[in-house]
Amino acid sequence: MSSTSVLGGVVRRREDPALIQGRGRYTDDVKLAATAHVAFVRSPYAHAQVGSVDTSAAAAMEGVLAVYTAADTDHLGPLIAQVPVGALRPLLNSGTVKHVGEAVAMVVAEDPYVAKDAADAVEVDYDPLPAVVDLKHSLSDEVPVHEGASNTLISWVGPFGADEAALAELQQGIEAAKQRDDAVVVSQEMTNQRLIPVPIEPRSVMADYQAGYDRFDIYSSTQIPSALAGAIGKYFGMSMNQVTVKAMEVGGGFGCKLNVYNDEVLVAFASKHLGRPVKWTETRREAANSTIQGRGWVATATVTGTEDGEILGFELEGIADMGAYSQNFTVAIPFLGLFVGSGQYGFPTYWKMDCVTTHTMTTDAYRGAGRPEAAYYLERIIDMYARRIGMDPADVRRKNYISSSEFPGAVSPMGFPMDTGDYATNLDAALETAGWSDLLAERDAARAEGRYVGVGLATYVEVCGFGPSGLVDLGFSWAEYQMPSAFNGSSLVRVHPDGSATVSIGTGPSGQGHQTTWAQIVGDGLGLDVERIRVIHGDTEEAPPSIGTFGSRSAAVDGAACYEATGKVRAKAARIAAHMLEASEEDIEFADGGAHVAGAPDSSVSWGEIAACAYQPHRLPEGLEGGLEAHAIFSPGNATWPFGTHIAVVEVDPDTGDVDLLRYIGMDDCGNVISPMIVDGQIHGGIAQGIGQAMFEDAVYDADGNLLSGSLVDYILPTASDLPSFELDRTVTPTDVNPLGVKGIGEAGTIGSAHTVVNAVVDALEPLGVTHIDMPLRPRRVWQAIQDARA
Amino acid sequence: MYPREFEYIAPSDLDEALAALDANPGAKVLAGGMSLLPMMKMRLLSPDAVVDIGRIAGLDQISDNGDSISIGALVTHAEVAASDLVMEHGAALATAASWTGDRQVRNRGTCCGSLVHADVAADQPVAALALAATMVAVSSSGTREIAAADFFVDTMMSALEPNEILTEVRIPKAGPGTASAYDKLGRRGGHTDYAVAGVAASVTRSNGSISAATVAVTGVGSKPVLVGEVADALVGSDGSEAAVEAAAAHATCGIEVLEDLYGSVAYKTHLAQVFTARAVNAALSAAG
Repeated sequence: MSSTSVLGGVVRRREDPALIQGRGRYTDDVKLAATAHVAFVRSPYAHAQVGSVDTSAAAAMEGVLAVYTAADTDHLGPLIAQVPVGALRPLLNSGTVKHVGEAVAMVVAEDPYVAKDAADAVEVDYDPLPAVVDLKHSLSDEVPVHEGASNTLISWVGPFGADEAALAELQQGIEAAKQRDDAVVVSQEMTNQRLIPVPIEPRSVMADYQAGYDRFDIYSSTQIPSALAGAIGKYFGMSMNQVTVKAMEVGGGFGCKLNVYNDEVLVAFASKHLGRPVKWTETRREAANSTIQGRGWVATATVTGTEDGEILGFELEGIADMGAYSQNFTVAIPFLGLFVGSGQYGFPTYWKMDCVTTHTMTTDAYRGAGRPEAAYYLERIIDMYARRIGMDPADVRRKNYISSSEFPGAVSPMGFPMDTGDYATNLDAALETAGWSDLLAERDAARAEGRYVGVGLATYVEVCGFGPSGLVDLGFSWAEYQMPSAFNGSSLVRVHPDGSATVSIGTGPSGQGHQTTWAQIVGDGLGLDVERIRVIHGDTEEAPPSIGTFGSRSAAVDGAACYEATGKVRAKAARIAAHMLEASEEDIEFADGGAHVAGAPDSSVSWGEIAACAYQPHRLPEGLEGGLEAHAIFSPGNATWPFGTHIAVVEVDPDTGDVDLLRYIGMDDCGNVISPMIVDGQIHGGIAQGIGQAMFEDAVYDADGNLLSGSLVDYILPTASDLPSFELDRTVTPTDVNPLGVKGIGEAGTIGSAHTVVNAVVDALEPLGVTHIDMPLRPRRVWQAIQDARA
Repeated sequence: MYPREFEYIAPSDLDEALAALDANPGAKVLAGGMSLLPMMKMRLLSPDAVVDIGRIAGLDQISDNGDSISIGALVTHAEVAASDLVMEHGAALATAASWTGDRQVRNRGTCCGSLVHADVAADQPVAALALAATMVAVSSSGTREIAAADFFVDTMMSALEPNEILTEVRIPKAGPGTASAYDKLGRRGGHTDYAVAGVAASVTRSNGSISAATVAVTGVGSKPVLVGEVADALVGSDGSEAAVEAAAAHATCGIEVLEDLYGSVAYKTHLAQVFTARAVNAALSAAG
């Protein structure tokens, strides 16, 4: 970074004026002449044999262009999954439907109202079958989700790479510890409930097949435009260069747009079949049953430790809900949990999650994706253990951390090399900021008055920004989408003849502020004002192939590619400037919109002058090619492992069970920070979603597989007015796996927060003897826990 | 979220609106649209016609009738919540309106609309019950006055006929020593969102004891209801904490408490008692 670095300074998000004024362009804003509209006929049953599908009345309605059933689309094959363990989703299903909301038929009409009317007019005979929803029930295989197949798709067992003998030895060691005289064993079964992602912009896709050119323009609210282009090409026998995917503004994704969906393929199919642009935008209630969901674990966490706070072993055994079909990552999500199964601690850890199917919508990546779940179990049970032995929960954690002296080179007990970490410093900073001992004293004073005030603390480590490129050998390549690796960043930086610059990245933001961050990186590298830098993202035609925006990877992987491409451009520009200024290349510095000779600021050329020269090859030094642009593909040395400490203060009304969240303190460490305001914004949103899980959100299914909380009346999302102002600060432990020293931050807030709130509420109710309450901590649950404890 | 096709009628006066209702059986009246439109978009309701009364003059007033106050059909929740007149004579309703929906809903939705919609977990119907409000229903054949106690028939069902418009809700002015209050637990905790349980109470204190009381409970059963047993237990008592608690024990008398996502029968029964006590105590302290 240059001495005049704009990195790390507070920069306002460049994208916000358009977004908050309603001038951003989202997929549903794209208007093409003769666009037709889609409505889906969806199963009202969680498990049913489909009999006849009578489309005649719908097809006869005025304005209806086509009604498609599985007979029309089965030739395309099922929906592609990256980790194809288990049954794949049929694009349309006329056989046995496996969840409420599964698509049975697709209507295309002149407008969306007619399409919906016609979808309602399609008559489908269903013969309902028994459904399995409960995870333990599924594990028993009593009711198969898919006839003839076990409901258990895979069991993830950790430490990673341990063979049977090593696992047996590990378990024996933990068993032996339990037999020690001073052993304290704390065990609790806990549910980490299913969640519905609910981005503010619903999913939307529009396909425009241009028969005259045999090519597609696809507009989609997706986190993975390049993968969608690869998938569409594969389905329709086209090259990737015949398919352009444009992810316009994307209004939130949180992982739920990190899938290629059957509707995207079907809309493309209809466009090609009808020769017209075809659009579909999901409705909220539709989304609840046809866009992936997250979480959904039931597991028992056990800590074995000594009376003085030394943890001798941690075990987690449980079941994770995959839903009915495997989509993009589905079974891989709990594996991401295994990655951080031992958190930031050094104690022996045994970890096993069975991934089972149910007659519900598919689960997949939802902000944090396996890591919030893993952290939840670990941080809840450590808190229970601390309470049991009467030790300050901060002290228990500090005592069991992997020491900062083990970095670099630390390997987690789960078997993964970690980049950098300094957990105790971060913990102490959080305690200091919160005024920990004062908080505890205030809590005790409130208790003495008969009030139920609680202080909760949790710490976390996450893993994100996955790399290096060679991780494809683990089996998580994106080859199914014609993407050779999901572990690289890619960026193209071009300086135009007038000295302005464009940075193109194939991924796009869904709220992460890429318009600002990429411009900062390029601007810093070139000494160019960010206003002179255009950012192109999410467009597979204009930007190099990239993976997508997920897994907190953008800054650490694509941002690093952006940095390296910028470095290449600067290096070339330095040669040109040196030639123009008759100076040595090593003496060229970039600042204030141009280059100058070190120590001689008057001896300078502007970027416009450098670029003009670059595009006139005859003026260039001998051997230098014309043009001024560079592409970089960056493969990080490892994933990054951000960490942090969160603290919550709550008060519970014992008469109603109502929880009042009084304070929330976040001390996060994501290494170097490019844009503090954007990092804080990411943490804000992450914490809000974690609190949402802790207190409000719940995808509730009945025993027949009906989603009871499928509308926003009953699926309660956190809003700004439900939350206190977060008190955020950070420690800075740069990573060594990318040149920027940055770690991911998109998911950290979510990974640190749910258990922090639960720990606080349980702390508030400690005088009553409450030890655990399953999320969400709605008043009814809290009140019931109080009643049970009193009984 | 695409409703079925419907005819949109926007009359400019009340007679025209009433004629439109007569001419279109099954038509629904649109005021703020905060309940009607979502139901139509979800196709839970598909009226052939919608009669928008938003352009009719004179329905947007809160007025002083001498012995009562009137809230017109187009008065929004936000206006009710901010009205000094409502606060003075029907604090329970002002409070209930201030906790209805969110800010956007309060700025568009109407008090009368909420009463007619008669959601089982709505805030304002119980305030109307506790305040002994009168519903003024107008049709082409005349005007009908319906006591609040007779208005809430069942889940999302009021006594309003399909060809009637609730043009105003009338609240008797609070006499000396009379005050009302509303308290609830919302679905997202505190006072936010629909009521898991909510209670409106109106009390009159004279000569150191409670001379009159009405208490109504929302959220726990199939409709908002007056609970006479609580009122009976309060009247004649000294309004002490113990007396209120004893009266509150009757909070769900005569109500079939229903479980939902937000509460078990036991929890909702308990909440009805807690909020009965809280609302009554708040009303008593306001009554002086």
